Amino acid sequence: MKIAVCINHVPDTAAKISITSDGKGVETSGAAYVVNPYDEFAIEEALRTKEKLGGETIAISLGGEANKETLRKALAMGIDEAILLKDENVRDSLSVAKALSDEIKLIGAEIVFFGKQSVDYDNSIVGQLVAELLNYNSITTVVKLNINGNNIVAEREIEGGKEIVETSIPVVITTQKGLNEPRYASLKGIMAAKKKTIIEKQPKSYQNYVEIIELKRPAQKQAGRILGTDASAVPELVRLLREEAKVI
Amino acid sequence: MTKKILVFLEQRESQVKKSSIETAKLAFDISSKMNYEVEAITIGNDIDKLEEVGNYGIKKIVHYKNPQLENYSNSAYKKILYDHIISTDAEIILLSGTSLGKDLAPYVSAKLDCGLVTDCIALEYQNGELIATRPIYAGKILTDVRITSPRKIFLIRPNVFKAEKITEEKAQVKIVELENVDLSTKVIEINKSNGKLDVAEADIVVAGGRGLHGPENFYLVEQLAEVLGGAVGASRAVVDAGWRPHSEQVGQTGKTVSPTLYIALGISGAIQHLAGMRSSKYIVAINKDKDAPIFQIADYGIVGDVLEIVPKMIEEIKKIKS
Repeated sequence: MKIAVCINHVPDTAAKISITSDGKGVETSGAAYVVNPYDEFAIEEALRTKEKLGGETIAISLGGEANKETLRKALAMGIDEAILLKDENVRDSLSVAKALSDEIKLIGAEIVFFGKQSVDYDNSIVGQLVAELLNYNSITTVVKLNINGNNIVAEREIEGGKEIVETSIPVVITTQKGLNEPRYASLKGIMAAKKKTIIEKQPKSYQNYVEIIELKRPAQKQAGRILGTDASAVPELVRLLREEAKVI
Repeated sequence: MTKKILVFLEQRESQVKKSSIETAKLAFDISSKMNYEVEAITIGNDIDKLEEVGNYGIKKIVHYKNPQLENYSNSAYKKILYDHIISTDAEIILLSGTSLGKDLAPYVSAKLDCGLVTDCIALEYQNGELIATRPIYAGKILTDVRITSPRKIFLIRPNVFKAEKITEEKAQVKIVELENVDLSTKVIEINKSNGKLDVAEADIVVAGGRGLHGPENFYLVEQLAEVLGGAVGASRAVVDAGWRPHSEQVGQTGKTVSPTLYIALGISGAIQHLAGMRSSKYIVAINKDKDAPIFQIADYGIVGDVLEIVPKMIEEIKKIKS
């Protein structure tokens, strides 16, 4: 069985993000890049799935040359093969999903993992789009996963609780923090990953349906009042919340 | 024929979700400006007081009904929603961006081959087109976007738009009983975290961080949340340390929240945390370190030890509530 994991290369969450001079993109030259944090859970789960069921794991990333760094990290963690869909163009989520689906179809992967969202554009929809394009079943924001033969039982996070969901292979799973503890790459893994070839491919281009008009900074909040330095300031705080803010 | 806006009303445990009402009211407001018709669709078994959504400007609701639709099933729901969009030829579709909405909308958008914008915090009709505003990088930056495909789907962030009644009129509900539903993916059980309010849906959030010194002091956060009728949140530091579950984490890699009141207790305000809560209407910060970044965005602050200040807050608020 082939197990695919789709991963993204994103600025570290601690990075300050600025807007490019044309107002249409983000300035990322100074930022440190990392494997999208949610994708680490996806990589780990792909590895665990292989350990349990056997098969082959393939990491796929769409983006520029720099995405090789993230693919290399996946290889170092133990992923068998890495594919870069090399494309520097601006794509919306559906266009990304179409390119990924083409590749997954070609590979013939029956279990596909995604992080539940990429922490750059925060759409949290590419996994679901791919599932629909491939006509696969799908469970999103998964915090517990059990694969038994063709049967899949997963826990997904919802507001104020968890849903236990049942489905079957072929399936797309999007991973949420809490699913697993991603392993560290071993030194042996890192050395082996350096020797592996990352397969480069040219994905088909698709029309974008979502267009960015402009990027802007959120309105900056003004620093407010410091009411005191101990518990004696509490009555004043409560009064302000009640009379000025009218929130309690 | 007048063009249509369709709003999806989400029900949980037979109740229409508040965030769906917010979305319905927004759909009505947009439809009036664009001169479109607005209708709603809902999927479930018995749904209480569905006709009352009429109070927010929705005149017609189609309710697809089957006992097996009481809980969410993405395979069943997506097919019903897709078929309804095709048969009514709805052009603009609005859903609330809940865990269900975020799961459901993309399947339908892929099948319709149309654009989908998630997490909208503004949706305006300007110069003949709809412009959505959405945060990226967990709110560090905002983007204005448009959808260029003929059909358009927007997911609306919960708790941003306020739903106010505009009329006493009831909606006309048409029930469509379905015999067969596709349950290839289905919910077999729901585990509720004992009736607790979710941090992403709450109007008041009380969040705790490292300044609480240990998980044993988190009861203070819980008590304050309880007297205020709010939800408990946590910083990434205390979630990573295992003090609190990830479902309570606020910030990038956690939940983005926009409550009316956000109280940060012993949270210094790392950039990832600020990104997830800066759009809160009022922010209160209690922290020992007067230079903590959280004070930069707080409306009211007290520099001091949370262990000393929070009990006093609970006491004072109890006084005014009684």
